[in-house]
Amino acid sequence: MYNEIVVDHFSNPRNVGEIADADGVGETTSFKCGDMMKLYIKVKDGRIEDVRFQTYGCGAAIASSSMLTEMVRGKTLDEAMKITNENVAEELGGLPPVKMHCSNLAADALHEAIKDYRARHSAK
Amino acid sequence: MKNRLIYMDHGATTPVREEVLEAMLPFFKELYGNPSSLHSPGREVRRAVEEARGKTARSLGADPEEIYFTASGTEANNIALRGAAKQHGKPGHIITSSIEHHAVYEVCRDLEREGYRVTYLPVDQFGMVDPADLEKAITPDTFIISIMSANNEIGTLQPVRELGWIAKKHDILFHSDAVQVVGQLPVDLNELPVDFLSLSAHKFNGPKGVGALFMRKRTEVTPLYRGGSQEKKIRPGTENVPGIIGLSRAIELAVSEIPQKKEKLTALRDRLISGFLEIEEVILNGHPGLRLPGNVNVSFKHIEGESVLLSLDLEGVAVSSGSACSSGSEEPSHVLIAIGLDHSVAHGSIRFSLGLGSSEEDVDFVLGKIPGIVKRLREISPTYHKH
Ligand SMILES: Cc1ncc(COP(=O)(O)O)c(C=O)c1O
Ligand SMILES: [Zn+2]
Repeated sequence: MYNEIVVDHFSNPRNVGEIADADGVGETTSFKCGDMMKLYIKVKDGRIEDVRFQTYGCGAAIASSSMLTEMVRGKTLDEAMKITNENVAEELGGLPPVKMHCSNLAADALHEAIKDYRARHSAK
Repeated sequence: MKNRLIYMDHGATTPVREEVLEAMLPFFKELYGNPSSLHSPGREVRRAVEEARGKTARSLGADPEEIYFTASGTEANNIALRGAAKQHGKPGHIITSSIEHHAVYEVCRDLEREGYRVTYLPVDQFGMVDPADLEKAITPDTFIISIMSANNEIGTLQPVRELGWIAKKHDILFHSDAVQVVGQLPVDLNELPVDFLSLSAHKFNGPKGVGALFMRKRTEVTPLYRGGSQEKKIRPGTENVPGIIGLSRAIELAVSEIPQKKEKLTALRDRLISGFLEIEEVILNGHPGLRLPGNVNVSFKHIEGESVLLSLDLEGVAVSSGSACSSGSEEPSHVLIAIGLDHSVAHGSIRFSLGLGSSEEDVDFVLGKIPGIVKRLREISPTYHKH
């Protein structure tokens, strides 16, 4: 059903969990299928220093969450904002077409988390 | 070490059993005559097809002339519903349930687009149709009622006899999609008040791509296809002879073994259910008792169904799920929504369907694996952490 990279990220997802004192939190729900993702970031000197996720969803949703966290660690916020859902799917070596909407959560949650971080910081 | 396959998806399909395959094989090579041919190889095959019809009829308490072989359960449903609608010849009213298989549901949707009115009866939380609702839904122009014998996802058994009597009392045709029931539970058409009943060989260890429609004497439908006079023109086209032979051998064996099989599968089913219910936040979908012997359908809260399916697949266990992600659609199954499940609970549903080859070891293997799988996936889930 899925390729080896996807199965690997599904079976051994990287960076699962919460960050209690996160600098930004993003949450998205696919209104298509109901999959849900929550992403926490820690930011230092304009770069993503730490990132964790929690996902309710299918294999594609969990694998793309995990892959995204690997892709953003160490990136600047501007670089991270440029990551798209398609980039995540590409890194996973492709997903079945019917599963694309399940993987559309990850980059969206990341962008929400960055927006949350920026809102908190501009408010200060 | 790679685990052996533990197949718990008998609701989707079953393996062809040895005796069935053996019965079929001669009809590919030696007995290849066309049953419509007048020469002796043709006549020999004709005899075999009619014998198969006889066996199939006897297994169901029907008359051989009431059995029409089809290409699938889907085709049997289409011939009954569309054929009865065409025969009716004018717009009218159809009653069905809100949990039918697509092979009935989509036909009804189509007929709606063609001007028929369709009532989709609600079901209770267990997936059961209330006969009182059927009685109330009947209008003077209702001409056919179609209610499945057992649901393919949640296994709920419908009160077909009672529903059928209501139809009969009002002189309305009654069809039942019994694809999940034939070969699992006794069906006696001598006393079951139905005009049409659909079945499919691959659900009871017969071959894929062959089914049958029971159509009671003096019932008429307009055929969907035109062609030769096979199956009394109800289903023209040269017969799938090996398939028909396979169906008849499979139904004969399955029906003769129902008592033992039912007892065995019910015990395995209940062992699986009670094991699952020991895990916190697990819901049994469907009826606690009035369900197919081999059917278990549960929702593990806070987890999406496909992720459980995939985890089990990696352990060598084959199951199915009604979640949106599993179906490749954007909605969880209409059956789970119809029994009133929350989207999130429906999204977590998994069906384990047991069959001939299932064993206590299989059940215990799954019961051993599930807690770890559920724990791991819940640890990833944001909704679980809110507790
Ligand atoms: C209740 C029900 N009806 C109809 C069908 C369709 O049967 P077939 O696969 O032979 O077309 C199935 C099988 O998927 C079923 O479970
Ligand atoms: Zn999904």
